[in-house]
Amino acid sequence: MLKITCPYCGPRDEIEFRCGGEAHITRPKEPGRLSDDAWADYVFMRSNPKGNHAERWLHVNGCRRWFNAIRDTVTHEFKAIYRVGDSPPADLIGPTRGTK
Amino acid sequence: MTRFSIFSLARNALTGHTGWDRQWRSSELKPDYDVVIVGGGGHGLSTAYYLAKEHGITNVAVLEKGWLAGGNVARNTTIIRSNYLWDESAAIYEHALRLWEGLSQDLNYNVMLSQRGVLNLAHNLHDVREGRRRAYANQLNGVDAEWLDAAAVKDFCPIINISPDIRHPVLGATLQRRGGVARHDAIAWGMARAADARGVDIIENCEVTGIRREGGRVVGVETSKGLVGAKKVGLVAAGHSSVLAELAGLRLPIESHPLQALVSEPIKPVLDTVVMSGTVHVYVSQSDKGELVIGAGIDGFNSYAQRGSLHVITSQTGALIELFPIFSRLKMMRSWGGIVDVSPDASPIVSKTPIDGLYINCGWGTGGFKATPGSGWAFAHTIANDRAHSVNAAFSLDRFTSGALIDEHGAAAVAH
Repeated sequence: MLKITCPYCGPRDEIEFRCGGEAHITRPKEPGRLSDDAWADYVFMRSNPKGNHAERWLHVNGCRRWFNAIRDTVTHEFKAIYRVGDSPPADLIGPTRGTK
Repeated sequence: MTRFSIFSLARNALTGHTGWDRQWRSSELKPDYDVVIVGGGGHGLSTAYYLAKEHGITNVAVLEKGWLAGGNVARNTTIIRSNYLWDESAAIYEHALRLWEGLSQDLNYNVMLSQRGVLNLAHNLHDVREGRRRAYANQLNGVDAEWLDAAAVKDFCPIINISPDIRHPVLGATLQRRGGVARHDAIAWGMARAADARGVDIIENCEVTGIRREGGRVVGVETSKGLVGAKKVGLVAAGHSSVLAELAGLRLPIESHPLQALVSEPIKPVLDTVVMSGTVHVYVSQSDKGELVIGAGIDGFNSYAQRGSLHVITSQTGALIELFPIFSRLKMMRSWGGIVDVSPDASPIVSKTPIDGLYINCGWGTGGFKATPGSGWAFAHTIANDRAHSVNAAFSLDRFTSGALIDEHGAAAVAH
């Protein structure tokens, strides 16, 4: 079981958390002007990297707050944990969508 | 290739079984192929076999970065069924099941198909409605399916607990009698042997590191063994599909998750069917050796690690024991994980791509094993003719842009 450090509550067991998938996917500012391809990219396409992955986590059985993390999808190691709204550490991850 | 028969068995028995040939060659990589298949698992080998058999395309290489059939085809719980809700899914999975039914003869290799029936349990009113609806939809699509009430489930599978006072009581189940299990390694080895006999080169320890394009068209792949020219390239890499697609600049609607399974110590025969429950995430059958083969649900996070978290197994074995109190003192011998490629609508992608000459077969999620021959058959047709067969036309990559999804979440009889 993973040990995950909630930025609000400290280290807790994985079973208190739920992974919310890829982070930094921003809702398009002008949805009405979006092409079908751009919609598909926003709604369905995911980077799914082998290595560092920026993702959202919810401390569902704790403080019930969302936060972001950079986690290695091969070792499962949490490289960074940061609050929603903060930018991901640039040295850990390439340009992410919505942060350009 | 020695044909397997009672006579070849008897002949080799006389010489102490020292005269058997290797089942496939150890091929050297050639500089050019008509088709390169990336991924030497069940679906890739099956694609190569049907390219050779159905379309006469034999100048084919299957490139595998590890060893042949070491990924999900070696790690699944071997369940085969075709009782999917939607017309498109019923068509492709039923096509696969019909191929399974003739596969041992076709390949001259015993894939040990055992059509012992598959029960999909219903635990609440919604499950009951969904199960009955799915059984009727299956019947309309020519897929055998029946609805059993709880007493009939108990009659069909006597060791199951149908007590009404458990957390997830058994209220009924769908039954597909033609469903069952097969030998997971045998289909990979049988496909490899049959494809090799038709001239396909199977290259192990050969990782694809790049996809060469000229003028928007695929011309070959870069590998750890050098550049290989190819008129057409088919990507069939299950959990690693996103990594490969990125080499060609493609983004996929796929996320890779760990899926775990485990086996118990061997016991005498107690379970002569396959029991699945999407609600409590238990899939169990008994192997010929007597071990219970048990499948769990996926972990919630993305992973390429071929291992999952223990709490997933813990909650799933808890549910197993509630359904089968007789298993409560069994020891578990091994557990393992595979990486499954989960798509947004829980349906596969067997499709052309926006790049000429590049094709992709992925997104089978937690249930690709049952489709192995049908997937390869349809993908071979798509590669050979540069267009999908009617059986896989709906499973295009394009459906995520057009919106014509095949939403099998829940409807596919298991939660994904």
